[in-house]
Amino acid sequence: MGSGTMKPYVRPMPATWWLQRGPYVFFMLRELTSVFVAAYLVLFLVMIDRLHQGPAAYQSFLEMLKSPLAIVFHVVALAFALFHTFTWFNLTPKALVIRTGEKRVPPAAIIAPNYLAWIVISVIIGWIVVKG
Amino acid sequence: MAKSNEPIWWSLFSAGGVVAALLVPVHIFLTGIAWPLGILPGDFLEFSRIHMLFAHPLVRLYCFILISLPLFHWAHRFRFTLVDLGLKRIHTLIAVLCYGSAIAGTIAAGVILWS
Amino acid sequence: MANSTPDGTIRLEVFRYSPEKTEAPWYQTYEVPFRKDWVVLDALNYIKDQSDGSLTFRWSCRMGVCGSCGMMVNGIPKLSCAAFLRDYYPNPIRVEPLANFPVLRDLVFQLDSFIEKLKSVQPWIVRKQEKPVSEGEYLQSPAEHARYKDFSMCINCMLCYAACPVVGLEPEFLGPAAIALAQRYNFDSRDQGRSLRQEVVASHDGIWQCTFVGECSAVCPKHVDPAGAIQQAKVASTVDWFKEVLWPWGAAR
Repeated sequence: MGSGTMKPYVRPMPATWWLQRGPYVFFMLRELTSVFVAAYLVLFLVMIDRLHQGPAAYQSFLEMLKSPLAIVFHVVALAFALFHTFTWFNLTPKALVIRTGEKRVPPAAIIAPNYLAWIVISVIIGWIVVKG
Repeated sequence: MAKSNEPIWWSLFSAGGVVAALLVPVHIFLTGIAWPLGILPGDFLEFSRIHMLFAHPLVRLYCFILISLPLFHWAHRFRFTLVDLGLKRIHTLIAVLCYGSAIAGTIAAGVILWS
Repeated sequence: MANSTPDGTIRLEVFRYSPEKTEAPWYQTYEVPFRKDWVVLDALNYIKDQSDGSLTFRWSCRMGVCGSCGMMVNGIPKLSCAAFLRDYYPNPIRVEPLANFPVLRDLVFQLDSFIEKLKSVQPWIVRKQEKPVSEGEYLQSPAEHARYKDFSMCINCMLCYAACPVVGLEPEFLGPAAIALAQRYNFDSRDQGRSLRQEVVASHDGIWQCTFVGECSAVCPKHVDPAGAIQQAKVASTVDWFKEVLWPWGAAR
C-alpha cells in the first residue's frame, strides 16, 4: 500500500477514555474493587495486631469500628467486595472451558458451584466467628 | 520476544481473586457491619473470645492466606489500572511499588500472626 | 437498492480527513433518505453516489462476512453493513474510522499493524513432520473440530482492536483477533505449532497485556469470543510456566 503522499492521522487517546462508555466504567469499577478489598484486609491485620497488644489496644480498635465513618467505609467496601465476587464468578467459564465430546459444559454449570461454595463457606465462617 | 515471567504474578492474582471472592464479603459483614450495628447476637468480637480463636494454628494460617493472597490480587490489578489511567512512563516503578507492597504486607502479616 | 419508500431523512455526521487539503480532520454533515431496510453502508453509498463522490470508505460483501466495512457508529465499533439506520432514527448518526488505528483518508484506516501482528502468530497449520499425500488426509472428529470452531469464524474485521482500550494504550499489544487465531490453530488437532506460537503469544506484549475488559467479545460480529481465547491462553501458559520451573528437564511441548 506504500505511497509517499500518505500522512496518517493518529487520534489521541484521552486519559478519560474509560469514562466514555458504560462498559469501560464498569471495567474500572471492577478493577477498583481490589482497592477496597486490600484496604479492608489492612484494617483486619491492624485488628489482629491490636489483639496481640492486649485488651486495651484491641478495645480502642473495636470502638473505632463503631464510628459512622468506619461503618460507611465497610458498607462501601462490602458493596465493592460483592461486585468482585459476582464479576469473578461470572467470568470463570471464560477461562475454564470443559468439553464433553462436541458439547461444551454450559457456563451456568461452571458458575453455580462457585456461588454455592461461597454461600456455604460464608455460613461456616459466620458460625465459627459468632457461635464457635 | 521471549516468553514472559508474568505467570508468577498472574497466578498470585488469580489465587487472590478466588480467596477475595469467597472469603472477604462475609468478613467485612461480620467485623464492619454486623458487630458495630448489633445485627447478630452476642458480643462475638469480645477480646477473650477472639484471643482464644487465634490460639488455633489453623486460624492463624487461614488469616495469613486471607490477607496475603488478596494483597497480591490487588497489586497486580492496581498495577495495570494505574497504567491504564495514563501512568505508562513509570510502569516499572509502579510494578515495584505494587508487588513490593504486597510482599511487605505478607511479611507484616506473618510477623503479626506468628510472633 | 431500495424496495422501500423513504420515510423522511436522517442525518449522518461523518469524519473526514483529506491529508492533501488540511492538517486536521473535520466532521461533515449529510442528510440521507431514511429507509427502514437501510444500513449505514447504504447511507454512505448514497452519499458517495448522490452528493459527495469524495467520501472514501471500505466495503465489499455488504453482508457481514468479509470484514471490510468496520467503523465507529456512535462511538461503538460496528460493521457498517450490519448497523441499521432504524436503530438510530430519528437521532443523528456519527460515523468515524475504526478507533486505535491511524487514519489514511476519511473512514479508511491503516491496518498494517494488525497484519503484522496476525502474521507473527503463524496462523496456519504448523507440522513438525508433514504427512505425505500418499498417507491420506488428516482425520478430524466433530469433537476435535468443535474445540477450535468458534475461533475459526474470525473475519479479521478488527472491531475487537477498536473496542480494546489496551490496543489504544499499548500499540505493541498483540490484540484479541491475533491471539484468538493463534488459539484457533493451537486447538486444531492437525497442528503441532503451539510451542512456536508461545514465543509471541506468551510474551509480555502477548496475552499478558490483556486486562480482560471483555469488550472485544462484546463487539465481535461473529461471536468468536477472543476474550475467552485469551483467558484460556493465560491459564495454559501459566500451567506451562510452572511445569518449566518445577521440572525443567521435562520434554518441551
